Amino acid sequence: MRASVRSGKSPPSVIGRRGLAFGLYATAALAAVVAALIMPLSAYSLNLLMQAATYAIAVLGLTIVLGYTGQINLAQAAFFGIGAYSVALGTTAFGLSFWGALAIGVLVAAVAGAVLGLTSLRLGGHYLAMVTISFQTILTLVLTNWVAFTRGPDGVPNIRRPALLAESGPYLGLCIAALFAVAWFVWRLKTTKLGRAMQAVRDNELAANVIGVDAYATKVAAFTLSAALGGFGGALFAGGFTYVSPDQFSFAESVVFLTMVLLGGAAAPAGAVLGTGLLILLPEWLRFLKVIYLAVYGGAVILIMIFMPDGIWGYAMTRWRLLRPARPVDPGIIAPLALTRETASPDDSVILSVRGLSKHFGGLKAVDEVDLTIRRNTVHALIGPNGSGKTTLLNLLNGIVRPSAGSIAFDGVDITRLPPHRRASHGLGRTFQNIRLFGAMSVLDNVIVGAERPHNEVPAGGLERHALAALDFVGIAAHAGARVGSLSYGHQRRVEIARALAGSPKLLFLDEPGAGLNHVEKDEFVRLLTRLKGHGLTILIIDHDMAMVEQVADHITVLNFGKRIADGTPSEVLRHPDVVAAYLGEERPALSRSYGAS
Amino acid sequence: MGFNLQLLFTGIGVGSIYALVALGFALIYRATNVVNFAQGDFAMLGAFAMVVLAIDLELPYWLSILITLALLVGFGALFNLAVYYPLRNRSFLPVIISTIGASILLENGVLAAYGPRPQSLDSMFAVPGFSIGEVFFDSQYIVILVVAIVMVVLQYLFFERTLTGKKMQATSQDKEMASLLGIPVIWMIMLTFMYSAMLGGLAGILVAPVLFVTVGMGSSIALKAFAASIIGGFGDVTGAIVGGLALGVIETFGAAYVSVPYKDAFAFLVLFGFLLVRPQGIFGERISEKA
Repeated sequence: MRASVRSGKSPPSVIGRRGLAFGLYATAALAAVVAALIMPLSAYSLNLLMQAATYAIAVLGLTIVLGYTGQINLAQAAFFGIGAYSVALGTTAFGLSFWGALAIGVLVAAVAGAVLGLTSLRLGGHYLAMVTISFQTILTLVLTNWVAFTRGPDGVPNIRRPALLAESGPYLGLCIAALFAVAWFVWRLKTTKLGRAMQAVRDNELAANVIGVDAYATKVAAFTLSAALGGFGGALFAGGFTYVSPDQFSFAESVVFLTMVLLGGAAAPAGAVLGTGLLILLPEWLRFLKVIYLAVYGGAVILIMIFMPDGIWGYAMTRWRLLRPARPVDPGIIAPLALTRETASPDDSVILSVRGLSKHFGGLKAVDEVDLTIRRNTVHALIGPNGSGKTTLLNLLNGIVRPSAGSIAFDGVDITRLPPHRRASHGLGRTFQNIRLFGAMSVLDNVIVGAERPHNEVPAGGLERHALAALDFVGIAAHAGARVGSLSYGHQRRVEIARALAGSPKLLFLDEPGAGLNHVEKDEFVRLLTRLKGHGLTILIIDHDMAMVEQVADHITVLNFGKRIADGTPSEVLRHPDVVAAYLGEERPALSRSYGAS
Repeated sequence: MGFNLQLLFTGIGVGSIYALVALGFALIYRATNVVNFAQGDFAMLGAFAMVVLAIDLELPYWLSILITLALLVGFGALFNLAVYYPLRNRSFLPVIISTIGASILLENGVLAAYGPRPQSLDSMFAVPGFSIGEVFFDSQYIVILVVAIVMVVLQYLFFERTLTGKKMQATSQDKEMASLLGIPVIWMIMLTFMYSAMLGGLAGILVAPVLFVTVGMGSSIALKAFAASIIGGFGDVTGAIVGGLALGVIETFGAAYVSVPYKDAFAFLVLFGFLLVRPQGIFGERISEKA
């Protein structure tokens, strides 16, 4: 995080840093490979190391799907088995080369992962758990029972290795080199656009969708990558042991893979490697436990979940960060935020046009035939008593809720049927009443995800500079390196606004942005809002604070019981008798007397 | 014709086992919004308790049943305290994983204590069953079916007609609100675990004479029961029963007419089909996310 923050200042030095890190890493990899080649290892140690290296590759797949994306996969042993059997059958029954069979294994595993993901990732997490278990069970049945093809429970012996790597030492070298390469890939993935999208989906899927991340596609991508790595590990495993049988790829092994990633820590590749190493060595060390070993194992899973939810590596990293807090950002590197392209034009044409929009939940008409017109370069306020349908209307405009009737046109495009992330890509931004941030990511990364919305034209200088500019605009650039969960409530609100601003929205929805702020924070927020208005950003704001609304709004729409009861300039609307009645109740003599008395 | 009727009866018998375990799933899901992957192991524990009590200790059958049920109630409480309670405020993922850990712990703990040799338990009836025409009605299957139906009715009455049942429903829908209304949420969840462990134990007692008693028996039943719950509509009591029975029948016919070795695959193929076409199941409501 610190490195990435500094990249705005002097990119060459960061490239130098990354180059140095890569150099060190590559040297370590080379040293490990050379050691594997020249060390006189016993057959037993070779097997153990081969197993650790190939398992670790599959476990790194779980780092992507579970650690980065927050989705469960109880079939990693099945994907591992697909890779292993491809190499096993490919090199024996079909006479393929090792490399050809390996490529097929990775491909088949990836396709199987993609198909599983496509069918189940729209549903909640426990469906995914069930679907992966089902897949695992079916694969085990096929491996065991389709004897003509898989040779059944006897397994496949005499699997061939590549000619140059036929000896165990060189082959182990190959496995170690592959492990280092995969670990590097998984580590770098975290700081790519896809990697950030995965983490955003993990931390808050709804918010990710609303700011332009296609959560479903992201999850399918994660699942496919994870399966491919499972297949890759399995393919290398088959070459390493030259014999495979169905029981090596059972549900129990999937659970072992899962435990490895959890024990080491799912959030970082180092955790996956650590966990794999430990769980392969532990059985050797814990031989004295004999039969109760697996029982201890199950108990350990529960204890890890309760006491060390981030795994050993995650725990160590948390301690480490406490010792070395993030360095503040050098203010010299921050450029002013370029808001939207519309800033210059005094255009007041219609940007959002809503006609007859309705949402019925059973008999309840939460939003009832509402018309709404928002013009460019204006601040439009949506007000109404609690339960009047304001947030539902906003959810309809965002695509979180499907309308029962009506149409929404945004910037000349009919978006009525578009999913939230597609609306975001057209330039709709939003903040939430109950803040929805990506809690485990840094403040800067939260905002970068916002800046990465599709079709966002990020000015030259890059994403990080742009995100920093957005943070500076809301006045919290100094916290860029902090974990978002560690910020105060008021600051979290501003991160959310910065995240939306970084996406350069053509129209920004603010859902009760003043809620929960103390009066100092509120004053600051009104100033921020005034500045946004000064920049000509088009805003739709929901709030209860009439003084604030009157101060900033150019136009007000009032909802009550899901219907639009007034629409116009603040002075017209706030004196409208229906609006007064909706807010203060019908005026009755008894009531006004009691008010007078108090 | 007679053969098909026989298959149908056997299928319903097998299905009612799934249904009984699926009921336990539905219950815990409704109370905690979490799937308990150790639900099947409650059945395994029940079956092993019966083997210990009725065979090893030679206690009367009826007394063994009572003691087993009591033990399972206590075990449900322990399970809640050790596996669910410390994680109650976290997302579903750690809880699911924790229940998977519990499942491994239980199965291997029993394995260590009792060894891998399958045990068998006699039926509680002297008469194995009766025949009508060509169809043989196994008395144990009839009992399983009857018990499943009785438990559904009891569960329905409990949830819809008693205050405790209503409190448990309120707890599952909104824990925070329920506790603000003075409902002892922690106790409601405790009760749910105690009851569903007993339900699992009951399934184990009833299944033990039909299947061999092994450490893996519970999880294989539970997987089918889980599939049955999704097919029926997750968390729905009627759905659990219908899904369970349907799955039992499909599986039995599939084994008879398509393939015996792939018997266990049919359940999952049907499940995939449902997830593609109707993921909310037969009786379930469409899943939607709260904004």
